[in-house]
Amino acid sequence: MIGAIPMTHGLIVAAVLFALGLVGLLVRRNIIYMLMCIEIMLNAAGLAFIVAASRWEQPDGQIMFIIILSTAAAEVAVGLALVLRFYSRFKTLDADIANDMRG
Amino acid sequence: MIAVFYIASVVAIVSTLMVITRMQPVHSLLYLIVSLLAVSLMFFVLGAPFIAALEVIVYAGAIMVLFVFVIMMLNLGREAAEQERRWIDISMWKGPVILALVLLALMIHVLHGGNPGAASGRVVSPKEMSIALFGPYLMVVELASILLLAGLVGAYHLARRDTDNKEQKRS
Repeated sequence: MIGAIPMTHGLIVAAVLFALGLVGLLVRRNIIYMLMCIEIMLNAAGLAFIVAASRWEQPDGQIMFIIILSTAAAEVAVGLALVLRFYSRFKTLDADIANDMRG
Repeated sequence: MIAVFYIASVVAIVSTLMVITRMQPVHSLLYLIVSLLAVSLMFFVLGAPFIAALEVIVYAGAIMVLFVFVIMMLNLGREAAEQERRWIDISMWKGPVILALVLLALMIHVLHGGNPGAASGRVVSPKEMSIALFGPYLMVVELASILLLAGLVGAYHLARRDTDNKEQKRS
């Protein structure tokens, strides 16, 4: 590798960001926070792909990032629509309120 | 150029840590935008300038605007103005502004420093990426368009107002 940044360091940063997003997803009960943490995790996965693309100097990793980007866009659109429905029904954003199903 | 990568990653990790510890959603949105900008700077240093631009435009632009829009929609009412006055307090935007100024200094340094991909091996140009995207990866474009269409239809269906009223009448 010609570059000066070792691949491990980039992957460590990606792993730390992913772990922070996962911890936030598990700890926070507000639905908007959970969506934000999913965004953080998707972004960390994209960072790992870009680090790999920079390591092998090929465009394939960047294309994987574009897939992740469009997935995140679709996911956040549907997720925020669900948040609006959730709020209009339960008048709160606490995810634990919605743990029972009415069939 | 190598130091830029490490400083940007420290900024990203610190602001992400602030995201998951704030209590107000708007505060953590500010920190989340700073985190995305820091990751974008890391992409730039890693030799992916087009992806860095996409990160700023799509993530920090479109997706964060959606979040702000929904948060503002959920806070309708009399107390919203008072709450907004509390949000726009100097003690809360001090942190994101400092982190963003660090990123600005890094960006000016990178732009003055000559070739963008000096910290990685080689800059993969947008042309090269587009040739790969519309050549062997053409199916990915089709799949992404189908996914975005499904997301559009799903979001429209879920956020429609009259289904909401019908369900409330039924229950």
